[in-house]
Formats: sequence, C-alpha cells, structure tokens
Amino acid sequence: MKETILFIALALFIVAIFLILYRVIVGPSMPDRAIALDTIGVNFISTIAIVSIVLSTKAFLEAILILGILAFIGTIAFSKYIERGDIIERKRDH
Amino acid sequence: MSGSEIIEWIGILLILLGAIFSVISAIGLVRLPDVYTRAHAASKSSTLAVMVCLLGTFLYFWADNGYVSVRLILGIIFVFITAPVSAHLVCRAAYRSRVPLAEGSGEDELKDVLFGADNVTPVSVEGVSFEEIESKKSKNE
Repeated sequence: MKETILFIALALFIVAIFLILYRVIVGPSMPDRAIALDTIGVNFISTIAIVSIVLSTKAFLEAILILGILAFIGTIAFSKYIERGDIIERKRDH
Repeated sequence: MSGSEIIEWIGILLILLGAIFSVISAIGLVRLPDVYTRAHAASKSSTLAVMVCLLGTFLYFWADNGYVSVRLILGIIFVFITAPVSAHLVCRAAYRSRVPLAEGSGEDELKDVLFGADNVTPVSVEGVSFEEIESKKSKNE
C-alpha cells in the first residue's frame, strides 16, 4: 500500500516535469525557459527524495542539497545573462 | 497501529500532497498567459510542493529507523530561501529586457519610471540617464 502511494506520487512528479518541459521547448521568451528550468530542478529534488524512500537508502540525500544549489546558481547566472548580456563582467571598477 | 507507523503514514500522505501541488503548479505554468504570472505559479506552489515532500521524507526516515536527517532539514531551508529569490531575479530580468505584459493587464507604472515617458530613452530610477552614469564611470577611470 505504501509502495503504491509512493509510485503514484513519483508518476505525478514525472507528469509535472513533462508538462514543464513543454514550457521549456515552446516558451516564447528566454525568462520563460529560465523559470521552467528552475522549476524542473526543484521537482527533481523531490523526485530524488521519493526514490531514496523506495530504495530505502540514505545515500541519495546529499544529491538533494547539490541539486538545489546547482538549480539556484544556474537560475542566477541565467537571469544575469538575460539582463546584462554577460555573465562574468571583465571591466571592474578599481 | 503503533505510533511510528502513524508517523510513517503522515509522511507518505504529505508526499502525495506535494505531488498533487506540483502537478497543479505545472498546469499553471503551461496555461497562464504571461512570464510574470507564470513566475507567480512556478515559485509559490512549486516551493510549497517541494517543502511538503521533503518534510514527508524526513518524517518517514525518522519513524522508519530513527534516522534524523540534517541534510533534509538543510534542503528544506535552502529551497525555502532560494526559490523566491530566483523567481524575483528572473522577473526583474524579464522586465528589464522588455518582455511584454499579457493583453488585458492593468496599468504599468514602472514603465514610465524605467524607460522614460517616450518609451525610448533608458532612464535609471533616480532620474539620472544612463549616459551620465557612463560618463561618471569613465571619469573615475
């Protein structure tokens, strides 16, 4: 019974990821794609949590933190690129 | 039904609730008309879904074999802090790169402040044009 509910939740998360993937492909502007990619990363976090329950292991829990950090930094870099047209500015104020 | 089994069931139902919230947020992300409203759907409900799901995982591991996972608590706090910040940054970048609002949205007061009344010359928020700022920078150099 518990396994069934966990698999239903996993299937719902995968459906959500595919729905968001539509927005990544179609999305009319670049910020749309950035928001959709951020949401996909956030959904992967909870998918990994459910998989670690199903496999009854604790080894995947580090991956949650790493994926969270990577999704956040990727979104920050993406938004800076959209706003300034450049990620690392080489001209600094001395 | 012992106490730890009840806590396990609470955790599993929280995970199911998070999955339903995630699907709702994905439907909002597909159907809403605009970048700004889509960010509204993507940041709030998706953050709630992930937080509820990680809390359910934490409760399950706690009741199953008495394992208090600090990494899951850190993940919950990290998602709670960073998701609104990233949604705000993407919305700011979208507005500054002039992504249009959806049809039928109301007044846009920031447009006059940010881009000037004639909608051509870029003006910063303090009323100083960008050319003056650039000239000040070159003087400093």
